[in-house]
Amino acid sequence: MTGSLPRCLIVAIALAACVASANGGDIPLDQRRSGYADLGRDTKAMQDDDTSNPATLWVLDGEALWNQKAGSANRACAECHGDATASMKGVAARYPAFDAVQKSPIDLEQRINLCRTERQNATPFAFESHELLALTAFIGRQSRGMPIVSTDEKLKPAIEAGRKLFMQRIGQIDMSCAQCHDDNWGKHLTSSLVPQGHPTGYPIYRLEWQNLGSLQRRLRNCMIGMRAEPFDYGAPEAVALEAYLMWRARGLPVETPAVRP
Amino acid sequence: MARPLINVPAKVKRGQVFEIKTLISHIMETGFRYTTTGQRIPRDIITFFSCSYNGEEIFSADFYPAVSANPFLTFYTVATESGTLEFKWIGDNGFSETASVPVTVE
Repeated sequence: MTGSLPRCLIVAIALAACVASANGGDIPLDQRRSGYADLGRDTKAMQDDDTSNPATLWVLDGEALWNQKAGSANRACAECHGDATASMKGVAARYPAFDAVQKSPIDLEQRINLCRTERQNATPFAFESHELLALTAFIGRQSRGMPIVSTDEKLKPAIEAGRKLFMQRIGQIDMSCAQCHDDNWGKHLTSSLVPQGHPTGYPIYRLEWQNLGSLQRRLRNCMIGMRAEPFDYGAPEAVALEAYLMWRARGLPVETPAVRP
Repeated sequence: MARPLINVPAKVKRGQVFEIKTLISHIMETGFRYTTTGQRIPRDIITFFSCSYNGEEIFSADFYPAVSANPFLTFYTVATESGTLEFKWIGDNGFSETASVPVTVE
């Protein structure tokens, strides 16, 4: 019984600290850091050297797909877009982008599939298929080192919707993205460092996955961890969240394809 | 779309120890996993790798299920003569992949 009063106090103080930090808000622009900064030396070396970065295997396959004729239109990406090193430079840095025809924001994967269905008359690639990841990685690679851009006024509603989703408590654990990635980054969740969660290097080669994966796969991964029902691949909510994350990471350099633990 | 990536310096000095890096895409399915319906996913791994320098084997390795997907190997050798490095990967289900890279010794 004697120990119970201090224990109550500790719980009360811990709760108060939680409430206080939940109001922490956005990370100041100059304090933002890519997850790269917190990687170990080995993982950094793996990402930096193309011949040891496993994602290069996808980039090379993506390059082959770029030049390969597809669909009943029998047309390759290269026939419209030409040399990707010039035409795709900076493209991944500004996606998700607003699509005038769809009248909604679409991410890079959806852009590739729209091109496939509308220009190549081909069947769209499945989300997380080797082909879609390969093309996304190849296109993303052309923007490596360029700053993420999020200035399109037409994206504002999606960014706002994404921000709401980021702040919204969800799932059985009743947590929001912001509680980890805005308020408690740099601390540890068990043995793992909590990163700020900037989507600078997608699609990433995640060592845990032993595979390349998209930003949406990563978001679903977090949501499952929060015991929430994850968004479907390509859902408007998922794209809105991607748009908010890219706005939040504006100015940070693209690292695609990045390596993460 | 299995394809190997090899990184060897283009030119090396005679007697110099140089690094060889190899990366190959492979799922390295362990054989210990099951599908959601309880069916065992059969083992599909690379079981053997070797590298020869002008026909002489300089490095080889046996692989086991604990090796991760897309195996990355790095090892060293001494530059003796100009010639070729030949790489060979052999695995389950008749998997076989080869690659060769020229080396110039000055």
